[in-house]
Amino acid sequence: MSNTDVNSNPILAVHDLHKTFGSLVAARDINVSVPSQQTVGVIGANGAGKTTFINMITGHLTPSKGNILFEGRDITGMPSREITKIGISRSFQVAQIFPSMTVFDNMCVAAAIARTAGGVLSNMTTPVRSEAAIAEAEATIGLFQIDKYRGATASTLPQGVRKLLDIGMAVVGWPRLLLLDEPTSGISIEEKFDLMQVVMSALKSRKITVLFVEHDMDIVSRFADRVLAFYDGTVIADGTAEQALGDPQVQELITGVKLKTAAGAHA
Amino acid sequence: MTMVGRHHLVGGLMFLIAAAAAPALPEWVVSLATIAFANALVVLGLVVLWRVGLVSFGQALYYCIGAYTVALTARWAGVTDAFLLVLLGGIGAGVVAFLVGFLLARYREIFFAMLSLALSMILYGVLVKTESLGSTDGFTISTPTFLGYAPHREELGLSLYWLTLAVDAIGAILVGAYFRSVSGSLAAPIRDNEIRVEFLGVSVTRIIHVKVAIAGILGGFGGALAALSIGHVDPNMAYWTTSGGFVFVTILAGAGSVAAAFVGSLAFEALRSFAYDVMPSLWQMTLGSVLLLTILFLPDGLGSLAARLRRRGEANTP
Amino acid sequence: MLTAFAIFTDGLVYAAYLFIVAIGLTLIFGVMKILNVTHGSFYAFGAYGAATAVGIYTNAGMPAAAGFLLMMTLAMAIGVVMGIVLERGLLRLVYGRDEVIVVLVTYATFLILEDVIVLIWGPGSYAAWQPMVAAGSIDVGALVLSNYDIILVAIAAGLAVLAYWALRFTRFGRLLTVVIFDRETAGAFGVNVTLVYTITFVIGAALGALGGAVMAPKISVTLGIGVEVIVLAFAVVAIGGMGSIEGALVGALIVGICRAAAVHLVPQIELFVIYGVMALVLVVRPYGLFVRAQPRKI
Repeated sequence: MSNTDVNSNPILAVHDLHKTFGSLVAARDINVSVPSQQTVGVIGANGAGKTTFINMITGHLTPSKGNILFEGRDITGMPSREITKIGISRSFQVAQIFPSMTVFDNMCVAAAIARTAGGVLSNMTTPVRSEAAIAEAEATIGLFQIDKYRGATASTLPQGVRKLLDIGMAVVGWPRLLLLDEPTSGISIEEKFDLMQVVMSALKSRKITVLFVEHDMDIVSRFADRVLAFYDGTVIADGTAEQALGDPQVQELITGVKLKTAAGAHA
Repeated sequence: MTMVGRHHLVGGLMFLIAAAAAPALPEWVVSLATIAFANALVVLGLVVLWRVGLVSFGQALYYCIGAYTVALTARWAGVTDAFLLVLLGGIGAGVVAFLVGFLLARYREIFFAMLSLALSMILYGVLVKTESLGSTDGFTISTPTFLGYAPHREELGLSLYWLTLAVDAIGAILVGAYFRSVSGSLAAPIRDNEIRVEFLGVSVTRIIHVKVAIAGILGGFGGALAALSIGHVDPNMAYWTTSGGFVFVTILAGAGSVAAAFVGSLAFEALRSFAYDVMPSLWQMTLGSVLLLTILFLPDGLGSLAARLRRRGEANTP
Repeated sequence: MLTAFAIFTDGLVYAAYLFIVAIGLTLIFGVMKILNVTHGSFYAFGAYGAATAVGIYTNAGMPAAAGFLLMMTLAMAIGVVMGIVLERGLLRLVYGRDEVIVVLVTYATFLILEDVIVLIWGPGSYAAWQPMVAAGSIDVGALVLSNYDIILVAIAAGLAVLAYWALRFTRFGRLLTVVIFDRETAGAFGVNVTLVYTITFVIGAALGALGGAVMAPKISVTLGIGVEVIVLAFAVVAIGGMGSIEGALVGALIVGICRAAAVHLVPQIELFVIYGVMALVLVVRPYGLFVRAQPRKI
């Protein structure tokens, strides 16, 4: 059902992915090929397999069958820590930050970790407030336009800023693939678009390929180059936002609405 | 980026003053200070763990291993060199801490405290029941030498004092550097949100394993130095009340800085001596009351008091 | 064989002692999530109180059984008073703070109370053997069993049954169970958690004191008896699982039998076998035998 052009050298290629938990089939027959720097919206009801899919890419679940290729390299079953090191990052539905520290320190820690080679000895001998880490932290804070919160303790941040910090921490290490888990969840309707605008322009400027899970179809049609629709563990639609959201099966099973497609679907 | 900050200079100065002042002080003060500085290393180890939110109720394990390593090496191998003995004590405890860490690093909160307690009490039980190690009486350590030089009685106290100060200084520098490294700085993040740290690509278990090992090594050096100073070891060094005492000092000191461990330890020894002298039958009550008051009114320890004064001073300067 | 029987009886008696001592501790931890080091003080005060009671009734010429009852009642009364004073006066101030901080508060309190004992009873030791001697003994084959030990086992069994029944079938018991399971939700449903806390702590204190009282005739009541009891009680509770009464029972039995076996067969490991078992259990089941890990609540 794929509508995308055949790509040589996709940044992410998923073949025949399956995941079963005992007798429960959480994901099946997933075949997706994502070209570099594409922005992909992932939609579907809860339990449809979106999170399972994301977790298999980030290494938190090992597929029962099939494989995952990142930049041509097989990462199926690779442990999540290694996957973070090779350039795949994720953000969280509930922003996972360090509440007792300032925004700057949050970002600095993330930057410093990204700069170590990993490994016990490396962690013990790398200073955390190196010039490079500080520079990266400042740059990313600026990129996500949260400069004015730089010195604020993270626990005092409004929800939107928390999300930006969370995504910023995932991005400070220059990942090439980013998985956003419901980036606008918990954000008021008036702020959603502005938030996504900041996020998307930040990610585009760093040439990051994005897969974002969303329930808000307006956000999806506005920001996604391409949409993957999940139902019952598999992809039932794969195309541009117009195509996917206009698909009758998608409308029946997921959106429940005959959506008028937005003119000029993405920036 | 300079590695030597103002606090390094202040700390170095303090150590020099402490070293230089000793010959002028009465023997009992030097003796007290030596014990305090030896214990300070154990407390420093607890500070390392406290920063990541963990309290060990079993540091006496490493303290005792350090002490007994010194005593046994002196007795069975005839080694008398203080430097070598202390080094072996630290290494011995470090090895055990490294091994124990594989287990302990998976636990948090109360369970970490309890498992560490259990391990120290196992050692206690073993030592008490082992006749060849002197059982409950323990045994004495012969007078140490320093690279071949055998100090006379009056000089011995000073020599041990300076040795303890030297080890303390090295410990302080290394731990300070550790706190500025990625591994050391991850204490607050891990305490705040362990899962996020994992998602950033770091093995939290390994980081905590490192901290357990560091705390163990420090505890071992502390015990080794204390053993040389006291001249005697016994199983009580592994008992839970010994661990409790170290935790007590950590609360008193606060986990704010390396210096806090040393200042807090000195304060505790002074307090304990005072309590013994003035009200010998009620010294536990005195200690308990001080601990209680500290927890209730100065929750971040004496170190926070210093920080508060410093901040007020900075605010007042034009 | 004789040794096996001796191990069994010794183990059972020791298990009874451990259970009586540990049940109060596990109750307090289960409900209030506090690892109460002061439990050792309740035990000590109970023992000293019992010694005093024994002194009273011996001088008054009362019959042994009545004296025994006086002993237990006085001890539990001491426990209740101490419990109320400590919980309302001190613990209340540190609720909500880090678990470990609260443990340290109870540790500080324990230190203070150790010296309060000296102030009240002086540094000497007391004997309270009269009840034990009065109970006599019976011969079972080649072994001589003290009737007092049998009474101890009976008391422990009685406590276990009482606790089980109370938690399951009384209103307060069911409230306790709910609070143990999820304090926040219980509060949201209108349970007066503050009152539950106070009552639980008082019950725990009374049980701790009871432990000291029933053990007084078997030991020399002197300074420092609380110190050793604390770690033993902790070990039993850790093995069984914090807050689990069945766990305390099973934990006490395991430790009792293991220790008895050690005493008779491999005396060198007697002192640390309990901590070895504790470490072993914690390695396999970090939360104890009867408690499952709580999933992380976001």
